[in-house]
Amino acid sequence: MSTSMSVRGTRQWWIPAAVVALACSLLLGLMIGPAGPTWWRVPLELLDRLPFFSVDSGLTATDWSIVWQIRAPRVVLAAIVGSTLSIAGASYQGVFRNPLVDPYLLGVAAGAGLGATIVITVNRSGTSSWIIDPLPMIAFGGGLIAVLVTYLLGTTAKGERSSTSLVLAGVAVTSLATAAQTFLLQRNSDVVRQVYSWILGRLSSATWGDVRLVLPYVVFSTVVLLLHRRLLDVLRVGDEEATALGVNVRRVRLAVVIAATLGTASVVAVSGLIGFVGIIVPHAVRLVVGTSYRLVLPISLLFGAAFLILADIPGRVLDNPAETPIGVVTAFLGAPFFLLILRTRKNER
Amino acid sequence: MTSLAFDQVKVEYAKRTAVAAFTDTVKPCEWLCIIGPNGAGKSSLLRAIAGVVPHAGRILVDGSPLTARSSRRRAQLIAYVPQSPVLPSGMTGAEYVLLGRNPFVTHFGRESELDHSMVDDVIDRLDLATLATRDVDTLSGGERQRLVIARAIAQEAPILLLDEPTAALDIGHQQQALELVDKLRREHGLTVVSAMHDLTLAGIYSDRLILMHAGHVVAHGPAQDVLRPETLGEFYGVSVRVHREEDGTIIVVPNRTTSF
Repeated sequence: MSTSMSVRGTRQWWIPAAVVALACSLLLGLMIGPAGPTWWRVPLELLDRLPFFSVDSGLTATDWSIVWQIRAPRVVLAAIVGSTLSIAGASYQGVFRNPLVDPYLLGVAAGAGLGATIVITVNRSGTSSWIIDPLPMIAFGGGLIAVLVTYLLGTTAKGERSSTSLVLAGVAVTSLATAAQTFLLQRNSDVVRQVYSWILGRLSSATWGDVRLVLPYVVFSTVVLLLHRRLLDVLRVGDEEATALGVNVRRVRLAVVIAATLGTASVVAVSGLIGFVGIIVPHAVRLVVGTSYRLVLPISLLFGAAFLILADIPGRVLDNPAETPIGVVTAFLGAPFFLLILRTRKNER
Repeated sequence: MTSLAFDQVKVEYAKRTAVAAFTDTVKPCEWLCIIGPNGAGKSSLLRAIAGVVPHAGRILVDGSPLTARSSRRRAQLIAYVPQSPVLPSGMTGAEYVLLGRNPFVTHFGRESELDHSMVDDVIDRLDLATLATRDVDTLSGGERQRLVIARAIAQEAPILLLDEPTAALDIGHQQQALELVDKLRREHGLTVVSAMHDLTLAGIYSDRLILMHAGHVVAHGPAQDVLRPETLGEFYGVSVRVHREEDGTIIVVPNRTTSF
């Protein structure tokens, strides 16, 4: 094998390893919960349901519906949300060449939060009985509008350093949306609790309907991002050199930002705000597989899914019957991790 | 063997004119060296050829204008070594050289077996095998420069642009890098355009010099015509002595302005 190919050879093993990790966490997620069957019966039942296998798991119909209608959509949704936030985070970091960038940077989260707050304050009890719940739709719309405004502000501001102006525009849009949300909440203090439980992230009420709702957007976004993984490596030399190497930098950046935002906004719409995943996972992945996006993107996708499934488990069982919101769990893990990254980066300089 | 022609090329940044009406023809396999004080427009001209900044007028490669070509096609014709290249940390030497194959890979494609063997070949020829598996962060200035030149060579472009290729190098590595470019130029028939601060080196390695000042060409021709004390004095604002060695080499030495 040639020098240029063998370099990455051994690291390729991380892909199957990540697949195994994801499979294990899926199984674990299905096995653990406050109610329902004894944990070891679940894998037996799953085995029984495979063709050519017959195992007596002793699971009742009620047990199975707990596993299949309550746990399974929650675990699958956690996997979708975790993988999307992770791959979007890694892609944003690549396209802005800034390792501290997060999917929430461009105002997606704040915009979605504002959208949700508007729905809840205007008429939550009325809208929740509609055939299609408008809350995720409007949260999604809010996220997209916020990114659009960020993008327009960031690119019309003069100067060649569009990455920096874009990030700053994101900060401005986030502050504006948060301020508007605070204003709304202050005038409608009766819904504060409801809004906060949405903001802090809820996988607890996940249904197969939620999964079906986000799946098309998430699949589209993930495919587009994975297709760009080689170009993200070329972009690492900077806009000028990438241009000289024949890359249409603006077009690549736009495509990646749109795809990552679409994915993020759609998962935020069903899961609420789950922070830090887009930073923790890609960074941890870089520590083990190196910095090439060809590996960082697919492995972040797999480990991100596994990470959020696992992070959701303590929330379910810790202070049963109440639930610790998953956004709190990821923030407890994420904040110290973020600090660690900042410190190690400082030492490098 | 590719020629490069300029027809009234102009580069402007927000009202400031960096290059004004540059017209010239670089012959196939020629080494043109652009000299001039800081801010004269040398880098801007190179950046315009590389397609990194927009230009007015026409830059013609083998007779047809650059702007008519896609950025990918342009990168197949022109390789650019910037003044301060970015070597992304965590990348190995071989991965970095492989970036030079980008113009030959389709938008969503992957590098072919051929691209990989091209890279291995360049690494072999430039004697970089020891750098291929190392993280670019751990390399010295001279090693990094050789890797950047290797990336440009892997690009297989007939035109090579070098912006201050020796600025960060000691005298030994300066010579090594320029000899390497000259050897590759002769082997592959490359057309080279470089911007250089070291006037003596510029005179030794180039076929022809262009002296720029405030965006305009103020002198051009072979080294002995351009590197003259009165010309350099006028446009660099320095007092220099120019020695001419027996073999024709021209050496530029600054005069001290204070005496003890």
